[in-house]
Amino acid sequence: MKYLDVYRDGELTNKLLAEINHTVTQPWKIMEVCGGQTHSIIKSGLDQLLPPEIDLVHGPGCPVCVTPLEQIDKAIALASQPEIIFTSYGDMLRVPGSEKDLFSVKAAGGDVRIVYSPLDALRIAQQNPEKTIVFFGIGFETTAPANAMAVKQAKNLGLENFTMLVSHVTVPPAITAIMESPHVQVNAFLAAGHVCTVMGYWEYQQLVEKYHVPVVVMGFEPVDIARAILICVQQLESGQARVENAYARSVDKGGNQPAQNIINQVFEPTDRAWRGIGTIPESGYRLRDAYKHFDAELRFPEIQTINPQESSLCISGLVLQGLKKPNECPAFGNECTPQFPLGATMVSSEGACAAYYQYGRYSSSLQEQEKSQ
Amino acid sequence: MSEQFDISSWTCPLPLQNYPTIVMGHGSGGRMMSDLIHHMFLPLLENESLNQLGDSAVLELNSESPRLAFSTDSFVVHPLIFPGGNIGDLAVYGTVNDLAMAGALPRYLSAAFILEEGLPMDTLGQITTTFAQAAGNSGVQVVTGDTKVVDKGHGDGLFINTTGIGLIPPAVQIAPGNAQVGDAVIVSGTIGDHGMAIMSVREGLEFETRILSDTAPLHELVETMLAASLDIHCLRDATRGGLAAALNELAKSSRIGISFEEGRVPLQPAVKAACEMLGMDPFYVANEGKLVAIVKSAVAEEVLAAMHSHPLGQQAAIIGRVVAEHPGMVVSKTGIGGSRVVDLPAGELLPRIC
Repeated sequence: MKYLDVYRDGELTNKLLAEINHTVTQPWKIMEVCGGQTHSIIKSGLDQLLPPEIDLVHGPGCPVCVTPLEQIDKAIALASQPEIIFTSYGDMLRVPGSEKDLFSVKAAGGDVRIVYSPLDALRIAQQNPEKTIVFFGIGFETTAPANAMAVKQAKNLGLENFTMLVSHVTVPPAITAIMESPHVQVNAFLAAGHVCTVMGYWEYQQLVEKYHVPVVVMGFEPVDIARAILICVQQLESGQARVENAYARSVDKGGNQPAQNIINQVFEPTDRAWRGIGTIPESGYRLRDAYKHFDAELRFPEIQTINPQESSLCISGLVLQGLKKPNECPAFGNECTPQFPLGATMVSSEGACAAYYQYGRYSSSLQEQEKSQ
Repeated sequence: MSEQFDISSWTCPLPLQNYPTIVMGHGSGGRMMSDLIHHMFLPLLENESLNQLGDSAVLELNSESPRLAFSTDSFVVHPLIFPGGNIGDLAVYGTVNDLAMAGALPRYLSAAFILEEGLPMDTLGQITTTFAQAAGNSGVQVVTGDTKVVDKGHGDGLFINTTGIGLIPPAVQIAPGNAQVGDAVIVSGTIGDHGMAIMSVREGLEFETRILSDTAPLHELVETMLAASLDIHCLRDATRGGLAAALNELAKSSRIGISFEEGRVPLQPAVKAACEMLGMDPFYVANEGKLVAIVKSAVAEEVLAAMHSHPLGQQAAIIGRVVAEHPGMVVSKTGIGGSRVVDLPAGELLPRIC
């Protein structure tokens, strides 16, 4: 933990903040891609300490938030079947489908279990040969290697009762989609450190060249974040656009090769719908033909016809593209709270709306009070 | 944003019917449970004592005899036996602590055991032995009880309910609504130990240092504190929902704001590391032997010194103040000098995906 505390040092963070303050001369919109970073920023209150010129925009990097409604409804349909044990990372259980969430399925008697790793789901499959196990395979390039490994092991072990509902997404196509969108005005990207740990950052070179935007690989602690923002601002102020790695203690350019190999062995790119955003070409993974047998959607073809509609109130799509802040949504804190979320951005601890709600709900009133003192 | 919210009267605008059935989040000690209590139980059952929402009800039978503290608690924990304790001592200390939070000396306990068909007799014996030892340690007599058996699959091995009665010394005036602006906020020791001990067993996680539950009776610590000063305004044991829920409940009951410094909250390195790995905030993790005290500022150091002299309060620390700003709300200063609202948790604590 000492190792982490170094990167939470208040003095060092404030030194970097002072340098940002000293460097910045004009307004910049900088998008942090990853939801984990959004949370860290708001949890530490770092956003309040930045100079007003810097507008941090929260990106689409929360896997729970971008999993489309359709996949949630499919998950709910599967989890409701008596012969299925449905396994998932914990924060997917509260994501609302069109009518209910997985918690409600559990309350109605569905066998829904929280696991920390897809390998736990494999163990459950071994222990319950009479049941079919569905693992909800969601996430970015960070969770893809472990999920791929689980499918590969299921095949090696001949675990016919293991299946995966795959809803994987990948970061670079989403950044491209954001840059291609006519409404979006993002000047620079803070790339997700965990994703880059797996994938490296070579993929971003062509983005930087095509759109002339700085991309800085960022970690998750206040010192990491302040340092990455400083590097971003230095590039922006001097008119440069490069890929820079501000998270070198975890990330190198090529990434984790064995992890990439297992992803490529088991998964292949596919078009994927993102909740609130729409379909982005080649932005997800699906199982390769050799592993198709483990695809829950093929094993249970009746769920393929599920095709629901979003709540008209929720603006999570605009939030995920950085066009709106969570507190600009009329439903924020009213119809939409972490207990009764209308959109997935309010559900996950990484979702931008939940981050605002949990940590910053009253920050503007607080600031006013502090000023008046 | 500020003009949209009237902070003091803010409640969830959506009624409970969104969940047509009970889900696990309703028992989490967070906002869902609070809503269930406020929308379902209180309107139907309300009276002056219940409305206080203290850990114990404070009952005055007549003006001559001492006031009674009266409290009940049911214990459902999986696994039944965990590092640092089992459901037996948990069930005794849980109710003893609820009584102690009214400043009472615990006296009598009831014990209701709901046993599931198939529970090994050895396990029941081990738990009951611990239960008896815990009652002895707490100076309470178990004076009435009940035994029920449910079909296999209708219980999780063993559920225990305990109800306790304690006597409140005449000069003690402790209630959730008594916090005053300027008061000091004290926490009695490291937080999150119990919750992470349970979770590490349940999830098969192993850490370099084994995390033990902090299950312990707090009534002697409270006696020690009251001997140092009677200006103790509020006490709360930080069980489900953790430190965050305890502080929020006191802020709401007293209609004051609480401001604390994150760096001052005592935290074991192993608990901090475990929370870090699972993506949990230690402020929300359950404790079974830690209290939060709100005391008059002028006596805070004396009370703290008294706590330090007791084995269960050696790591006690003043973590913050009661403030007039943001009534009903808890705000922390972060390690880098920022601030954040530390709200009630919504429902179940969910580990994050990556």
